[in-house]
Amino acid sequence: MSTLALLFLVLGLGLIAWISARVRASRFVITGPASQRPHSLPAYHAWYVGLWVAVPALLFLAVWASVSPGLVTQAVLATPAAAELPSFGMERAAILGEARALADGSIKAAFNPKATALAPAFAQALGFYGTIGAVVALLLAFAGGAYAFTKVKPDFRARTRVERLVMGALLIASLVAILTTIGIVASLIFESARFFSMVSPIEFLFGTQWSPQTAIRADQVGSSGAFGAVPLFWGTIFVGAIIAMIVAIPLGLMSAIYLTQYAKASTRRWVKPILEILAGVPTVVYGYFAALTVAPALRDIAVAVGISSASSESALAAGLVMGVMIIPFVSSMADDSIAAVPQAMKDGSLAMGATSSETIRKVLLPAALPGVVGGVLLAVSRAIGETMIVVMAAGLAANLTANPFSSVTTVTTQIVQLLTGDQEFDSAKTLAAFALGLVLFVITLLLNIVALRVVKKYREAYE
Amino acid sequence: MENMTETLKMTARDVSVFYGAKQAIKSVSIDIDMANVTAFIGPSGCGKSTFLRTLNRMNDTISGARVEGRIELDGEDIYASSMDVVQLRARVGMVFQKPNPFPKSIYENVAYGPRIHGLAPAKADLDRMVESALRKAGLWDEVKDRLNESGTALSGGQQQRLCIARAIAVDPEVVLMDEPCSALDPIATAKIEELIHELRGRYAIAIVTHNMQQAARVSQKTAFFHLGTLVEYGDTSEIFTNPREERTKDYITGRYG
Repeated sequence: MSTLALLFLVLGLGLIAWISARVRASRFVITGPASQRPHSLPAYHAWYVGLWVAVPALLFLAVWASVSPGLVTQAVLATPAAAELPSFGMERAAILGEARALADGSIKAAFNPKATALAPAFAQALGFYGTIGAVVALLLAFAGGAYAFTKVKPDFRARTRVERLVMGALLIASLVAILTTIGIVASLIFESARFFSMVSPIEFLFGTQWSPQTAIRADQVGSSGAFGAVPLFWGTIFVGAIIAMIVAIPLGLMSAIYLTQYAKASTRRWVKPILEILAGVPTVVYGYFAALTVAPALRDIAVAVGISSASSESALAAGLVMGVMIIPFVSSMADDSIAAVPQAMKDGSLAMGATSSETIRKVLLPAALPGVVGGVLLAVSRAIGETMIVVMAAGLAANLTANPFSSVTTVTTQIVQLLTGDQEFDSAKTLAAFALGLVLFVITLLLNIVALRVVKKYREAYE
Repeated sequence: MENMTETLKMTARDVSVFYGAKQAIKSVSIDIDMANVTAFIGPSGCGKSTFLRTLNRMNDTISGARVEGRIELDGEDIYASSMDVVQLRARVGMVFQKPNPFPKSIYENVAYGPRIHGLAPAKADLDRMVESALRKAGLWDEVKDRLNESGTALSGGQQQRLCIARAIAVDPEVVLMDEPCSALDPIATAKIEELIHELRGRYAIAIVTHNMQQAARVSQKTAFFHLGTLVEYGDTSEIFTNPREERTKDYITGRYG
């Protein structure tokens, strides 16, 4: 029996159990004093029984699906036909794979005759273990169903049990994200450790030469590769934290002030959604815009005013477009913090004879400042992790320069460069990407922690 | 009695207030003078706070609010287009129900008004104005050693006196108080009431209160509002001992409200 059919069979059994438990529970007497009414609604009994049928069987199938291929292979290797196999290596694995595919019908004919010889043994083993799996799963389903069905009585607390299971499922769902994060961090740390065994952390963190291309011949320039990441860190900060923020902070803040303090409700109704659309534009589209429209225009302007060194890929182009991308982010955080300042504060200032703009400057903004700072920090952490715009518009040259018209490169751009194409995963060049990723991760993590602390502290102040 | 007209500070004639289509105040006429504290009493939702807010145009900040009738400050129509609302509010200060000091230092809270109105050209002037306002509000001795601490760190009663100091720092002519003691304990309330006694005569004071004993204690004139209309207006002693209207009597004897 195929796995899919078995899956549907188990679910079908669960459905039947659900319906029959519901029918049974709905026959409970519900009149009488509250203390004698059934504890749970029929639907809870139904879910209790249905889940007892489906969950143990499905869990078993999941485990079986990961265990049985090993058992099948062992059984096949024990047959006389397996003696023909090479003892180890790629070819052995290829033959086994081919034989298995032939046996379960996903290919019609094998390229290797040895695989054809092994196929009957595979087919037999697959059938044997498949049947065991199916029988055990169905037995579990029936046993679970029978156990649960005997429990369906008026005073049985089905609701409590079902809700506990739901809570467990929710817990597992949240753990998936946490465990994945831990896994990512672990892999970053592990690969970075390998990198730092080849390149010293001091050189990486404080060196100013970045040329990761390791040469093929010894006489080539830069044959050893240079992994001083300071130009990358600088480029990242220059584009993401300086130029982008020079654009995003004033514009975002001013738009938030306009929207919360001056705009009429009707204006707000169409301006806010448009700002949110800006946040929803895919970053690759911003990248196009930066590379094809903004960067050439900036270069032309720079050349026209006499800056001949202006590059067609520039920190300024990437930073400007990134700043625009971040505007809705800053604006909505600032909007929230300004709106959270109590009306009483604003009234107090207006009643003193302060104008709206004095009230905003002297009362609302200082009171909202922590929230705004938190929002800006989150925006910075987003900007320095942003990839597409800088890949397309900032350039690849690791220049340590404060000239906004020259091309710079960022951490994310270099990670993309290091990891695209065919790579050897044990060279310093490739592993450098993980070290860069680790640095980026640590910086954004710290920024986020600080920002959330600041925002939280401020929220408490008015509650 | 003939100098009564001279001390008359604000007059309201046939004032109606609308929130959208809903009429909150119906044709109210009241005088506020320098010599007396005027109390506005009445059950919740009767319009007494709304009326108070028309006197310094704080209702302007509520969208959809509209005022009809005529309100004069020293004979000048405060809703006339020639009246600058910023100057009006400097002349007619306000203290709110809940103490609302700014999250700034005690000094900066009091200095706020003089600064925005450009009243203190030099730091020494500002220092003097802050001290004088805090003294008048009876708060100076409690805070003189910690003027740089945050105003929000004071107790509720001190915060409210800070707000009063903030309001009188710009030397207004009228001080409006919107249930200034409703968020305070009895001891803090007693201090505010004492302060109102001291401020009387220096400023024309109008106070909204829920507490009839408080109205009886601090005011000389009382206006009783009910359902947006002014039911009775007169000397506090008259209203409390010998009300003309049945509704007033029912309210002050605690039959409703």
